[in-house]
Amino acid sequence: MALLEATGAVPNIDEFLEQDQRKGLLRFTTAGSVDDGKSTLIGRLLFDSRGVYEDQLAAVRNSTLNRSSGPIDFSLLTDGLRAEREQGITIDVAYRYFATPKRKFIIADTPGHEQYTRNMATGASTAELAIVLVDARNGVLPQSRRHAFIAALLGIPRIVVAVNKMDLVDFSAEVFARIREEFDAHLKRLGIPAAYFIPVSALEGDNVIVRSPRTPWYEGESLLEHLESVPLDHGATERPVRFPVQYVIRPDLDFRGYAGQIVSGIIRPGDPVMVLPSGRTSRVKSIVSWEGDLAEAFAPMPATVCLEDELDISRGDMLVHPGKMPYVSRHFEAIVVWMSAEPLKVGQPYLIKHTTQQIAATVTSLVHRVDVNTLAEAPADRLELNEIGRVALETARPLFFDAYAANRATGSFILIDPIGNGTVAAGMIQEPRREPDADRAARAALLDLEFQASRLTSAERYARAGHRPATIWLTARQELAYLLERRLFQRGTQVHVIAGEVESPILPELAALLTAVGLISIFSGLTLDAAECERARERVGADRFFHFDPENLAASDEEAAEQILAALEDREVLPRTRFTEQEGI
Amino acid sequence: MSNRLTHLKELEAESIHIFREVASEFARPVMLYSIGKDSSVMLRLAQKAFHPGRIPFPLLHVDTSFKFREMLEFRDEYTARIGATLIVHRNESALADGANPFRLGTQKCCGLLKTRSLLDALTEGGFDAAFGGARREEEKSRAKERVYSFRDGAGQWDPKSQRPELWNLFNGRIDKGESIRVFPLSNWTELDVWHYIHLENIPVVPLYFAKMREMIVRGDTLISTEWGPRLLPGETPQMVMCRMRSLGCTYCTGAVRSDADTVPKIIAELVGMRRSERENRVIDHDQEGSMELKKREGYF
Ligand SMILES: Nc1nc2c(ncn2[C@@H]2O[C@H](COP(=O)(O)OP(=O)(O)O)[C@@H](O)[C@H]2O)c(=O)[nH]1
Repeated sequence: MALLEATGAVPNIDEFLEQDQRKGLLRFTTAGSVDDGKSTLIGRLLFDSRGVYEDQLAAVRNSTLNRSSGPIDFSLLTDGLRAEREQGITIDVAYRYFATPKRKFIIADTPGHEQYTRNMATGASTAELAIVLVDARNGVLPQSRRHAFIAALLGIPRIVVAVNKMDLVDFSAEVFARIREEFDAHLKRLGIPAAYFIPVSALEGDNVIVRSPRTPWYEGESLLEHLESVPLDHGATERPVRFPVQYVIRPDLDFRGYAGQIVSGIIRPGDPVMVLPSGRTSRVKSIVSWEGDLAEAFAPMPATVCLEDELDISRGDMLVHPGKMPYVSRHFEAIVVWMSAEPLKVGQPYLIKHTTQQIAATVTSLVHRVDVNTLAEAPADRLELNEIGRVALETARPLFFDAYAANRATGSFILIDPIGNGTVAAGMIQEPRREPDADRAARAALLDLEFQASRLTSAERYARAGHRPATIWLTARQELAYLLERRLFQRGTQVHVIAGEVESPILPELAALLTAVGLISIFSGLTLDAAECERARERVGADRFFHFDPENLAASDEEAAEQILAALEDREVLPRTRFTEQEGI
Repeated sequence: MSNRLTHLKELEAESIHIFREVASEFARPVMLYSIGKDSSVMLRLAQKAFHPGRIPFPLLHVDTSFKFREMLEFRDEYTARIGATLIVHRNESALADGANPFRLGTQKCCGLLKTRSLLDALTEGGFDAAFGGARREEEKSRAKERVYSFRDGAGQWDPKSQRPELWNLFNGRIDKGESIRVFPLSNWTELDVWHYIHLENIPVVPLYFAKMREMIVRGDTLISTEWGPRLLPGETPQMVMCRMRSLGCTYCTGAVRSDADTVPKIIAELVGMRRSERENRVIDHDQEGSMELKKREGYF
């Protein structure tokens, strides 16, 4: 790896280790059509950064299968399996490693062949940057557009367009500018704001490692300079806490730690957490590690979390910040890349693996197929290998997810064929679409209950019950709902909880009815959605409707219950028990 | 940027995730323990993954009976010290039939004492997942190896049945009798492994460190005399300052001349030298692409 040579100096080993230890890691993927020069480019990166070991080079020189003459065929460095070597094409994702004094790199090298959308998706799934190759002579081909589309679909934050074979177009600034303009327009349509364009000759090394004197008009960085300096921050620590429980560590009766990888956010002892799907809340007692207890752990660190309270938590559950919940639902839409020779069929049973859950799932409808070349969406009744489409899915139990665009880890999944066991699709969950208001209204109208109004007045009811009716709407917090019910009951009110995985469209109507008969009713579900909440407010009447957002409630159930009771007193649902000083008694 | 892991911490995170997934999703995992530096790193990662609990699966060492004495001593002492469960398996019937590299040649010998023996041990133990320390960077044919590598009922690897691996969502579904090999160190390089050993103070077999050893000098290769390999005409054993870059059987593991007697010195040698580490293993030179053949047959 001759980093020492590359930097010129021969520092002592301690300095080297010190430097090496601080390096960050950049994972990137490469995409190009056959013969765009991808293997040559990667070979050069590996070779010139001295990641290629001398004796492996010797093996390439000796190779009986060398397919082209010339000094060294860099592309042979990156070929793998015997069968592929014989066919002369690469048909799978290969991983390569190299390092410079500044950074360490992992390349997911994916072939550009027509049929292999699935390979590119695979390589792209873990990449933070994609290099898309374009042959300067051919300009932007349909394949180049497809590569950009897949990179965008898989949510790769950064794209570098390497315009290759500049030596064959006399290092023309015009050719480069034309390709850049055309490709940029395409990328903008895909929602990729700023790609980085670099004119290179992989064969001759221009602008690969160092800037080339043959492109004086180019003012940007060389490819390697760019790879070494592009910010590594992927923002995972700024997103809300998501901690899928992977494994429960219970060496003895005194210790119970939940092990997993923090996929987003930062966790510190004392932080409030909510457990999904139970909706129970607790606080982080400690974060245990081999190195001792940690003051904080952040994505993508592995962690073992102990909680203040003894809760029943197992693999597949998720710890989240109580104020910033993911979606919780058995229904969602996703874009899938179909990866099996057996086409996707609507209604067929599959298994879904999402975070640490693996459960039964069905594709309930194929919304449309996306043409990877034109981006056109068209109706379809099946998806074939390497096709991409939008589907609606239903799972046996609720998943806890975010849209893929907001969180790669909680927005991604694979589908598994329960019979053949193969991985048949990769999916990216889309931001849930709201049901069009017209459809909703029509459905609600069907549920309208016709009943004669009661002849008792609310004043009479108040005189008897000693309180006014109300509807309390809580998202998740099932335990809080029951605690609140108990507290209200102790104060002599007529109260009732409706909780659980309630995903019924008639909740607003039910709330209206229960309120009309004088009850205080508490609705608590993981999946109460905003539109339903609004409809309930309308039906019940704003003065009797109380909606508590998890974000505005204390994390501890006790404190949160007090908060709600106080609110009920303020709005005179309950007789006051607390008075401010000014009011005196 | 403080909330960004260093490359070694990121690799560590990825490996720990893999250990926990397999321990959760498989009925009977086992760790193939080869006593080498990669195994030492795997062990440490497994300890971290399940801390403060114990490693929830046994270690399996396939002993060809041609291992260095220092390796076996290290194996027994270290696994006992960390409280791991160790299973040692030998192909006794082949050994009774006199299997050895001098008689059979290295390919057949490996086939019987390593590959066959490993497959037998996995079947006998009913293991459905076996962790191995292979790294993609080690050899060209491994660049495309999955983290979960599927084996049919006979333990054979078929390039066509391998599953795409996206994000860190591994598909561990198998049918009865099938199994997987799992490579938690897939993305580690040799330098990463040594640097991690250095940072974490992980014990490794003393054979990795240079000292005066009795060797047969054959061209560029140094062959240990420990098991008395046949001398070619004109050869006499000599004392050579040397060390092993990778550990296998006594006959198949060549040593390199070196005075690196500490981990930092080994790393200094590594970054200056740039020779791929299997170079001094005799077996890889048997035939071009020989690792690939071995893999198809069930060897790592
Ligand atoms: N003139 C020229 N030829 C190149 C360049 N890059 C690659 N090539 C040639 O283009 C052909 C295809 O390259 P290769 O790397 O195998 O392409 P891949 O199919 O994308 O991996 C080979 O003959 C290369 O030598 C370049 O920058 N300039």
